Amino acid sequence: MKTIIVILLSAMLTDNFVLSKFMGICPFLGVSKKLDSAAGMGVAVTFVMICATIVTYPIHHGILVPNGLEYLDTVVFILVIALFVQLVENFLKKCVPSLYSSLGVYLPLITTNCAVLGVTVLNIDNGFSFGQSIINALGGGLGFMLALVIFSGVRKKLEYADIPETFKGVPATLIAASIVSVSFMGFAGLFN
Amino acid sequence: MAENKNSLVKELTKGIIKENPTLVMLLGMCPTLAVTTQAMNGIGMGLATTFVLLGSNIVISALRKVIPDKVRIPAFIVIIASFVTLIGFLLEGFVPGLYDSLGIYLTLITVNCIIFGRAEMFASKNGVVASALDAIGMGIGFTIALFLMGSIREIIGAGQWMGLTIPVIHDNPMLLFIMPAGGFFTLGMIIAAVNKLSKKKPPKEISCEGCPNAEACGKGGDCQ
Repeated sequence: MKTIIVILLSAMLTDNFVLSKFMGICPFLGVSKKLDSAAGMGVAVTFVMICATIVTYPIHHGILVPNGLEYLDTVVFILVIALFVQLVENFLKKCVPSLYSSLGVYLPLITTNCAVLGVTVLNIDNGFSFGQSIINALGGGLGFMLALVIFSGVRKKLEYADIPETFKGVPATLIAASIVSVSFMGFAGLFN
Repeated sequence: MAENKNSLVKELTKGIIKENPTLVMLLGMCPTLAVTTQAMNGIGMGLATTFVLLGSNIVISALRKVIPDKVRIPAFIVIIASFVTLIGFLLEGFVPGLYDSLGIYLTLITVNCIIFGRAEMFASKNGVVASALDAIGMGIGFTIALFLMGSIREIIGAGQWMGLTIPVIHDNPMLLFIMPAGGFFTLGMIIAAVNKLSKKKPPKEISCEGCPNAEACGKGGDCQ
């Protein structure tokens, strides 16, 4: 039980995917303008991360390892994730249109999001069990959502700030992200 | 002939300054921020990415008439991932130190938007020679950007540079610069400097409109 909580919280806070591992920077900067789209993207990424873990973990341990093909991890994982996202998109479109209308637009963007491939590879690298992998994916996804939601609040304030011409747009956003990242460094001593 | 040669030179040089993938087009931010705690890592990552970009651009442009349009995205992904696996083996065998310090980010070259963007925007529409030159130019531009980031962060954050010790700073380094927060800050400052220096303004926001990969990933969905 203790390990589960440690994995969950460290994936969420101390090793936050966006702010300390720099995975998924593009959606972090691109989709964090409004609170509801930030939350929508966060939910979609969490969902895909968990599903991708559930799919890739058995493939790695059940098919690739027994045949000595671990080096195919990258190729197989990215292909499986791409196909899976497409599948989920089609499934939601047909069967759960209400969910599709709120999450659907984010799904295609997630295929090339490095946080999703990152979490599946990290699960294997860290030697997690199946359960621990899912918890790690859940924590990673929630941490991603937390960073996006917090940052959307910061950006709202930034809209009204009087910024020098040269810093307008991306530079100001990056420097604001740096300050949010400093605040997350406060979690660094949480586990020892 | 002269004109043809000129245009090929242009394909090579455009990626270095005018269309620098990282600093002007704002692509491939994840590795730019993640591995640049040292100048040497920046160069290593840049060259590894250049290798993958060159390989995938050549293969994709050679196969551009064979790959059906509908399955081009999975096809590109498989080609790119194969080259990533290859460079992973090469680095592990010949430069194990670099392999260890790049770690998971080496695998994540697969999802680097620069590579996918060049495949979709350039290699799938142009010949092999032009695509190879485009890849080399973009790769050099990316490597320069990473080297610049890595140098600034290593000098200020650790008081060292490529194995040299920088006096004064070495005694009191600003550790923040080699931490994640320093990465965001340094990149913000460099892009601000590029904004100031360049005549043509880079995209103001990172959004699907400015992103060259929009067609491939957005499929009409707006990401704002």
